[in-house]
Amino acid sequence: MAEIVEPTIFELSSPGRRGVTMPASDVPTVDLPPKHLLRSELPLPELAEVDVVRHYMKLSSFNYSVDSGFYPLGSCTMKYNPKINEDTCRLPGFLFTHPLQPIETVQGNLALMYEMQEWLKEISGFAGVTLQPAAGAHGEFTGVLMMAAYHKLRGDTKRTKMLIPDAAHGTNPASVGMLGFTVVTIPSDSRGNVDLEKLKAACDDTVVGMMLTNPNTLGMFDEHIEEVVKLVKDCGGLMYGDGANLNALLGIVRPGDLGFDVMHFNLHKTFAVPHGGGGPGSGPVGVSQRLADFLPSPLVGIIEEGDDETAPLYGFVTPKNSIGRMKAFHGHFGGGLVRSYTYILMHGPDGLKDIAQYAVLNANYLQARLRGTYHIPYDRICMHEFVMEGKFEGSDVRALDISKRLMDYNFHPPTNYFPLIVPEALMIEPTETENKDTLDRFADALIKIAEEAKSQPDLLHNAPITTKFGRMDEVKAARELVLCCWLPENYEEMV
Amino acid sequence: MLKTVGVKTLDDLFDAIPKEHRFPELDLPPALTEMEAAAHLADMASSNENVRQDLISFLGAGAYNHYIPSVVDHMLRRGEFYTAYTPYQPEISQGTLQAIFEYQSLMASLTGMEVSNASHYDGATATAEAVNLAFAQFRGKRKKIVMSPSVHPQYREVIRTYSQGMGLEEAGDDATNSGSGPEALMSLVDDKTMMVVVQYPDFFGRVYDYAKLIEDAHAKGALVCVVANPTALVMLKTPGEMGADVVVGEAQPFGIPLWYGGPYLGFFTTKKSYVHKMAGRLVGETVDARGNRSYVLTLTAREQHIKRERATSNICTNQGLLALAASVYMSTLGKQGLQEVANLCYQKAHYAANELAKVKGFSIKFDEPFFHEFVLQTPKPAGEVNQYLLDHGILGGYDLGADYPDMKNHLLVAVTEMNSKDEIDTLVEVLKEM
Repeated sequence: MAEIVEPTIFELSSPGRRGVTMPASDVPTVDLPPKHLLRSELPLPELAEVDVVRHYMKLSSFNYSVDSGFYPLGSCTMKYNPKINEDTCRLPGFLFTHPLQPIETVQGNLALMYEMQEWLKEISGFAGVTLQPAAGAHGEFTGVLMMAAYHKLRGDTKRTKMLIPDAAHGTNPASVGMLGFTVVTIPSDSRGNVDLEKLKAACDDTVVGMMLTNPNTLGMFDEHIEEVVKLVKDCGGLMYGDGANLNALLGIVRPGDLGFDVMHFNLHKTFAVPHGGGGPGSGPVGVSQRLADFLPSPLVGIIEEGDDETAPLYGFVTPKNSIGRMKAFHGHFGGGLVRSYTYILMHGPDGLKDIAQYAVLNANYLQARLRGTYHIPYDRICMHEFVMEGKFEGSDVRALDISKRLMDYNFHPPTNYFPLIVPEALMIEPTETENKDTLDRFADALIKIAEEAKSQPDLLHNAPITTKFGRMDEVKAARELVLCCWLPENYEEMV
Repeated sequence: MLKTVGVKTLDDLFDAIPKEHRFPELDLPPALTEMEAAAHLADMASSNENVRQDLISFLGAGAYNHYIPSVVDHMLRRGEFYTAYTPYQPEISQGTLQAIFEYQSLMASLTGMEVSNASHYDGATATAEAVNLAFAQFRGKRKKIVMSPSVHPQYREVIRTYSQGMGLEEAGDDATNSGSGPEALMSLVDDKTMMVVVQYPDFFGRVYDYAKLIEDAHAKGALVCVVANPTALVMLKTPGEMGADVVVGEAQPFGIPLWYGGPYLGFFTTKKSYVHKMAGRLVGETVDARGNRSYVLTLTAREQHIKRERATSNICTNQGLLALAASVYMSTLGKQGLQEVANLCYQKAHYAANELAKVKGFSIKFDEPFFHEFVLQTPKPAGEVNQYLLDHGILGGYDLGADYPDMKNHLLVAVTEMNSKDEIDTLVEVLKEM
């Protein structure tokens, strides 16, 4: 029988306990609906407020977070999230506005959304932006839908192939799969670029387009980006940019200038929306002129121009060939847009460039410090992240063991086993918000762990040992599939 | 640091970028300090009229103004929760994992279903993912969905956007047939139908027992998805009891602010037999190497990072922090508090309907039972009524003419525990004077 570290909220429940009480009704009482429409029981927990607070405080103490330490999770851009954003997104004027209010009553929200559209266009070099998608993967799906609609409107119906490099995130092929297109995988060359010969061979008049992450998941900026874009466009395809790694490009280069047609932003990575334990994200999408009419509806536009004395009237507009609506209402306004808006406003153009420069410097510094101890298969100047191999000649230590051992040094592990093209991959993204001392402590720990791998490999196999929990039995979870807990059968008799 | 890297300047790190496009001048406003930014944002926020300080609101239609106990935001503001990422490393993510496991349990208990996933973006996309589940269940062999016109118009629009690549046949989604009940749908269900989608209470607030519809749809081999309002489920018979295969919906009413439409929380619950076809993250119970009961992400083989183009969906997040909000909300109010909220909504909505029906020229459109939302027939176009009300500081309701051409003189009115008797009486008085 397993030891229980913290009971579930159902186990803490006791009949008759209560937290917050609601006021008595101030209207005359009417009959409830007929009995056959009512539920027979409501098996939900009953606790005092203090019990609820202590329960969640205990759970919070089981988590590692950016606020508690270095979180170099590659491709996730776990930067520090400034606290002021938590205050601005909770201003009553934002918190308590209903998404269907008349536009005259929400001009503050609409102005913020309009400016955000304009800023994201300027940052990325695109002609249009939708703020509607809820997360990066949702933005990808939006982008692929627009690419499909573009070809369809031109009657170009034989295009069914999407070109995707082997280093891509799994969401790219999954987004393509949702539309029934075929994925053609393009290999990377020895310098981590798209293999141009293989790309050339795949480019024909059945290509929808290419989905390229640049810098890619190896942290490499493609050295032939202009040729790649030209090859895809010459065969009539569209260029999709996965904006997962945009943190490396702020003020450095604009994807729109490089010829990309569509790209999603991850506001939760690049613009410091906290990750929330896995969401909510926010995934606006930018497009070139030729896709602008296909954007999801509605967008925020200016309905009546303003002048020196009066502000313009903002409202909603529908693009001519819109693919439709991606979600209810207007996107992740409060949690996503207000925080990102505050962040961009406090950085300005120079501050944004600093972000990219220091993110890239930090990654290169760590790469330089670990070179020689760990094998780096694509070894050149990287962008915001780099990938090394978590294995050693003549040792059975794996990337997983190194990751778990890092927890004993009080660091969050890097992303492991991704990208798939690097064996035992460890993908490290320090972000710009870490100082040299933290980077040095992290590099020292990894160098020490490499020594331990040789001298005391069991330390790694058994890690973590200093954390509250040890390694989990994932097979048991998948085999037994216990996905919920319930109030006990005899709950009502427990008083 | 530059010396360790082996370059002279920061700019040298960017040699791989095409030179003519390197270091663009961005035309953005200059940086503000925290003090200036806070003032600027406060100005923007206060130029809105909000439903707590400026306006009396009877607007619902998929987003509801409910009281959020103080403790909810106190828990969300814990940095350990909100600055963590997806719990890929379970040894140091048990807080997030147990919280999601409990969220799954709470939602399954509420809907009367066997399992819940870790959540979707919102109610609309959760509904679209239910259609994807049906498509996967029949491996594309059945391609017809029967959708009630009284499912939220934006949800139906999202389903149409999502399914563009599937070649679906749609039936029932006829906005000119808005008044029809569940019986009208049944004649459309045949042996090509993969799923029937209905809403509970429906978009017009009506409460139907779908048990018969579900039984008949099952006889034809089709699945049934019920889009449900969580506050209503506290009082009403569960879709699980009616035999629904998938129950989805928008959990914003459970502790999440209106926030001008998002982020919200799409819940997704189903039967255990469909769990392998379900999209989205899932947390399961297990044990760690020291014998501690613990939790991990499970059945990840369904997901995009393993299955790539054959994944059940491309989804790669859940609404983690908002699932936590809903859990804290449900736990803090608890069984009794939730019943009080549901009862207040019901009682106040019925008081409002009874009083509004007495105003000359106004009437309640439907006779069916309702929970906290109902259709008010107006003597003038609903847009004009709303404008008049707004001039008196009232958000009247949702103008149904925008989505239903035969309902231009109809307002969808929502009443929650936040509406006092005085507010309802004010609404009635202002309409009397109109």
